Amino acid sequence: MITIEQLQEIKEKNQDIVNFRKEHGERGNGKYRSHVLVCAGTGCTSSGSQKIADKLEEEIKAAGLEEEVCVIRTGCHGLCALGPVMIIYPEAAFYSNMELEHVPEIVSEHLVKGNVVTKYLYQETVTEDGIISMNQTNFYKPQNRVALRNCGVINPECINEYIGTGGYQALAKVLTTMSREDVVKCITDSGLRGRGGGGFPTGKKWQFAMGGEPGVQKYVCCNADEGDPGAFMDRSVLEGDPHVVFEAMAIAGYVIGANQGYIYVRAEYPIAVDRLNIALAQAREYGVLGDNIFGTGFSFDIDLRLGAGAFVCGEETALMTSIEGNRGEPRPRPPFPAVKGLFGQPTILNNVETWANIPQIILKGADWFAGMGTEKSRGTKVFALGGKINNVGLVEIPMGTTLREVVENIGGGIPNGKKFKAAQTGGPSGGCISLENYDVPIDYDNLVSIGSMMGSGGLIVMDEDDCMVDIAKFFLEFTVDESCGKCTPCRIGTKRLLELLNKITDGKAEMEDLDRMVELCNLIKENSLCALGQTAPNPVLSTYKYFKDEYIAHVKDKKCPAGKCKNLVSYHIDAEKCIGCGLCKKNCPGDAITGEKKQPHEIDTAKCLKCGVCMTKCKKDAIYKA
Amino acid sequence: MIKVTIDGITVEVEQGSTILEAAKVAGVEIPTLCYLKDVTPEASCRMCMVEIEGMPKLVTACSFPAADGNVVHTRTERVVKARRGVLELLMSNHKTDCFSCPQNGMCKLQDLCFEYGVKDVPFEGVEKAIDDSNKFFTYDPNLCILCHRCVNTCQKRTCRGSIDTTQRGFKSVISPAFGMDWADSNCESCGNCVQACPTGALTMKKQKTYRHWDVEKVLTTCPHCATGCQYYVYVKDNRVVDVEAADGPSNRGLLCVKGRSASFDFAQCDERITTPLIKDRETGEFREAGWDEALDLVASKFTELKKTYGGQALAGFACSRSTNEDIYMLQKMTRVAFESNNTDNCARV
Repeated sequence: MITIEQLQEIKEKNQDIVNFRKEHGERGNGKYRSHVLVCAGTGCTSSGSQKIADKLEEEIKAAGLEEEVCVIRTGCHGLCALGPVMIIYPEAAFYSNMELEHVPEIVSEHLVKGNVVTKYLYQETVTEDGIISMNQTNFYKPQNRVALRNCGVINPECINEYIGTGGYQALAKVLTTMSREDVVKCITDSGLRGRGGGGFPTGKKWQFAMGGEPGVQKYVCCNADEGDPGAFMDRSVLEGDPHVVFEAMAIAGYVIGANQGYIYVRAEYPIAVDRLNIALAQAREYGVLGDNIFGTGFSFDIDLRLGAGAFVCGEETALMTSIEGNRGEPRPRPPFPAVKGLFGQPTILNNVETWANIPQIILKGADWFAGMGTEKSRGTKVFALGGKINNVGLVEIPMGTTLREVVENIGGGIPNGKKFKAAQTGGPSGGCISLENYDVPIDYDNLVSIGSMMGSGGLIVMDEDDCMVDIAKFFLEFTVDESCGKCTPCRIGTKRLLELLNKITDGKAEMEDLDRMVELCNLIKENSLCALGQTAPNPVLSTYKYFKDEYIAHVKDKKCPAGKCKNLVSYHIDAEKCIGCGLCKKNCPGDAITGEKKQPHEIDTAKCLKCGVCMTKCKKDAIYKA
Repeated sequence: MIKVTIDGITVEVEQGSTILEAAKVAGVEIPTLCYLKDVTPEASCRMCMVEIEGMPKLVTACSFPAADGNVVHTRTERVVKARRGVLELLMSNHKTDCFSCPQNGMCKLQDLCFEYGVKDVPFEGVEKAIDDSNKFFTYDPNLCILCHRCVNTCQKRTCRGSIDTTQRGFKSVISPAFGMDWADSNCESCGNCVQACPTGALTMKKQKTYRHWDVEKVLTTCPHCATGCQYYVYVKDNRVVDVEAADGPSNRGLLCVKGRSASFDFAQCDERITTPLIKDRETGEFREAGWDEALDLVASKFTELKKTYGGQALAGFACSRSTNEDIYMLQKMTRVAFESNNTDNCARV
């Protein structure tokens, strides 16, 4: 067990190391003159960053620099679209799209001679006047990394680096100088709301769990069962900064009087699970988890529970049922978990991103946090940008940023000059935001009022080529598949709703089907047991609200305006443009194209699989959809 | 105590009572399918939706705790629409060949569809495989509404835990672990799940031999052991065709496999011995005898044995199928008439 004095010593020893890793960072007493931070998040790992890190170490050793330069495998930097990425300090040179072959040159030029290899840099950081920091680029400049502050900065497998950034100071502060009431007041005053989707005020949640008889067994849980398609905010925090979650949970344990925490993490996040296990072992070794933390008499430990892949286990009561060893199904509320949660005991559950905000709120104060964001949604929010957007990745922006800013500026716009059509927030529980709400500040209440929801932070951008009925169908297919099957409206209702949507995209629906669809949506929304069912119709209702014309076109005209719904589209060859090159015929997997060389070709619509290969192959733009 | 008004009737109930419990006190019936008394509310069927003044959402009466001053409406247009919607969804995946269903006339789903006017089924269901492997009952998922009364009964009342939902969402079915056949599982075939089923999804094979309206229900005690479980025997044409557990003090609505499936067939078995039989020493054949003759013979033989070898040479051992009263009489006879304490019974099943 370390004491608070020892914690300070470790901090002082390590703060120079982490402080070096910023623009104009001071080396101080740090051992290494250069730090190479290679992203070891899931995105970059899958594009080969580990091999690059190995190669860097090898080359650095060969150049005899191992005492001068260190290679650090960090969490996610956010700009996943350009992975693998790495940053070299003190120059703050941001290399992107790294390949193994670039490594020797970067070592020999940059690390040995001190010349940044600008051709391999993220080109936005290269200007006529030299290189600029990544924080000056469109992607990073509007961001404010609070929850992600250590992601991409520290080595997540090294507790000393976390302590160097001020880690576990908040826990020490709480345990030695703050009463339980002080902490709850601080969190309440900060205005922090649950980042998992519901947006429930965190301070209030904690307060509910504070009461009861002394000595009652209570629990603190972390929801790391991030399941929305396209969302990976929580994964990045766990992979990049696992200790922040432990620290925050211990603080909550102190507040409500719990001595045990559980992190329910998806087994599909193997890197996160590994790093959590490593971090857990280190935290126990230092005694920042375990018995008598800092000698204050407060004890708190954490165990991991791996989810088996069911989306519904992200719902709080289902998550607890699963931790208890039962089939992951939701339970009716009330009783709420703060009264009767895990194993029937008072429990608080917050998601990873919520936890990641806590220590800093304690250290910097409620006012600091409340100073960011909008009136009812304080602080920042992490979004996972995906879909038709150039900068696919992870961003943390102040609440109240507009969708336009996110898409056009931070996200770098839409590929191929296509037009923005809508963005889906909140995954399968959320709804779409159309062009008319492009400039609405993003916060909890605004999103709900326009028929979407914050959700955990997935943000999927769609362009003019996307069919909104098809998008609604995509999300509904997901919920049908992920419905646990416990309650009637969700189990059968979502399936029926999907059948109606299929009917629409197949061109077999009548106008009355649209009324039935809305009625069914309302039935599911109003009568389902848990949030999964209650929100499952949102993608349908919101696309119907903002793109009613598209639905009507499918039903009345039997046309898909975006040309996406296969059964409503046929491919044709414009005889005047076709030069008879035969490329389309050669590539057609269905042998649906006929024609003599140099003569206009024809598509047999009966044989056509509507795969669209011909269209992509044609060099004369002679093929069109109708 | 708190005061709750349900459909205009104000009642006093204990703090912590659910809306459903309060409604019962008020004499207002709220339909349920998944609700099982004394078991944690499942709240999955969504039939018991009610409206509470001042609350934006409908709530499930079975799970929602009543609060002092609650004004509850159980029959508003909104509530009825929700219940009908739920029934329509259930029926959209439910076979409607009620004529050939053993549960016809006893089916709660049928009753509710009648009450709420649910007639046509606007969607087509998906045919799922029937599990007929158990010797005593059959599970037909095509009639299952996944109310989990069977699962809750097996897990929380009989505490056997043989079945649960397998698969997920629309594909869900009730089955033993890993989708194995019922017969291969640790199921003891007690059939309490069958009795809990509100539809024809779980039916006793015996149900094929009668229709519910043909039978007379007679409350009696199970003769199989000395536990004294109460049950109704179903009598058709003066023959027992089935049993149904009653809420007796020792069984509380449950039965074991023997009680439910092996306790009455012998009553009408052709080979049943209905008069005493005495073996003719000469021929070695049994002959029918009257009670007096038989009892005299037995009494004389016991008396002879006692005289020759003493009471300690005798013992009285009662069959577990005897009633408590019979077992008592036997030990009394052993102690008083035989003058022996060698007495016991095998009623420990």
